[in-house]
Amino acid sequence: MLATTLVSASIALIFFYAPVDQDGLNQKIFYFHVPIAFTAYACFGWGAWKAFVHLWKRPPGADLESYVAIHQGVIFGAMTLITGSIWAKISWGRWWVWSSHQLVLFLVLFLFYAAYFMLRFSVEPGPQRENLCAVYAIFGVVLIPISYLAIRLAQDYIHPVTFSRHGPQMAGSQFATFCVALAGMVALAGFLYRLELAGKRLDQRLRELREALA
Amino acid sequence: MRSYAEDVLTLARKDLMLELRARDTLPAMLLFVIAALVVFHFALPADASKLAAKGLLWVAIVFTALVGLTRAFVAEREQRTIDGLLLAPCDRSAIWLAKGVAVLAFLVLAEVVALPAFALFFSGVNGATIAGVALADLGIAGVGTLLAAMASLSRARELLLPLLFLPLAIPVIVGGVGASVVDSPGRYLGFLALYDVVFAIISWASFEYVVTE
Repeated sequence: MLATTLVSASIALIFFYAPVDQDGLNQKIFYFHVPIAFTAYACFGWGAWKAFVHLWKRPPGADLESYVAIHQGVIFGAMTLITGSIWAKISWGRWWVWSSHQLVLFLVLFLFYAAYFMLRFSVEPGPQRENLCAVYAIFGVVLIPISYLAIRLAQDYIHPVTFSRHGPQMAGSQFATFCVALAGMVALAGFLYRLELAGKRLDQRLRELREALA
Repeated sequence: MRSYAEDVLTLARKDLMLELRARDTLPAMLLFVIAALVVFHFALPADASKLAAKGLLWVAIVFTALVGLTRAFVAEREQRTIDGLLLAPCDRSAIWLAKGVAVLAFLVLAEVVALPAFALFFSGVNGATIAGVALADLGIAGVGTLLAAMASLSRARELLLPLLFLPLAIPVIVGGVGASVVDSPGRYLGFLALYDVVFAIISWASFEYVVTE
């Protein structure tokens, strides 16, 4: 409910309230792309936190929560890549630009977390799988800043010239719109997270009941 | 009571001795790296720059490391020697450290052949490249050993390791290629050292969770 309200509010603000800047209407995708990217980071961070809690205190269910958070992170990450690609096409005329650090980072993270799923579905369910996934998820959040640094450093010998995405500072109304859009995306991710988690838990419960009956 | 270092040395000596008797990893790595360099010769058109070859050297190093890493936990898995290692009265992280030392030794030996071969086939290597290779080896061996242990527990095994390893190897490639091609490599070497330290700490701390339930 909160997610619906905030997302519709942000869409309304993006199209009817935020001023059109010199990039024209194209700039509107900023209000989707950047909040989606932040949300993806938040999901990966939450997944790693749950992984850490799993290794630390071993509460039942932390593994599933970590998995669902990373799953949402990958979905939002893929959306970041798609919206970023559209933005690159509009701004620079190409679907892919290696000089956009954020896009490249998301490509690396996408590959990394896709391997997370490969790992998870290639190991028998059980305590060992939970541990492997937790360790890998923690590697992920460490990889985010290291990769970002690496991509920045690589820029110096690959593309000496960089595009600047940050033109003028955001006006107050733009910033307010951005904040609402960000809150909307985070609320949406939170809702999807709880929804998927509820589904997975039901599934698990059903399997237990079925085994009890058999 | 044996010290941690003695445990690590004993375990690493065991791995090196196994390799000395069976000789199934190092010859494969050596052949692979030479074959890869020959392939790269044919992959580079005549007017490609020397810098492009430097980049390919790093590709060769990472993939050679992968060849070694896929073999790293074969005995542990197939002969179930991992059970024996886990029962040994030593800290679990010593197993990671010892295996990492063995992997590092193979990698360094492969590079002792690969770097002169690269100099022979393409162009000379400078001190910064060698320093970069040395620092990168530490990171590759540390992260790679942990991921190889993970992959050895999965059904996909050899198939899974490159998928797990390559995204984590991208920063190593950046640091290594940067150190090899720019005039002032200090930043890149520093970055490789940072990578080594950060990932060594989390690999060291998390290995126990990978091998136990």
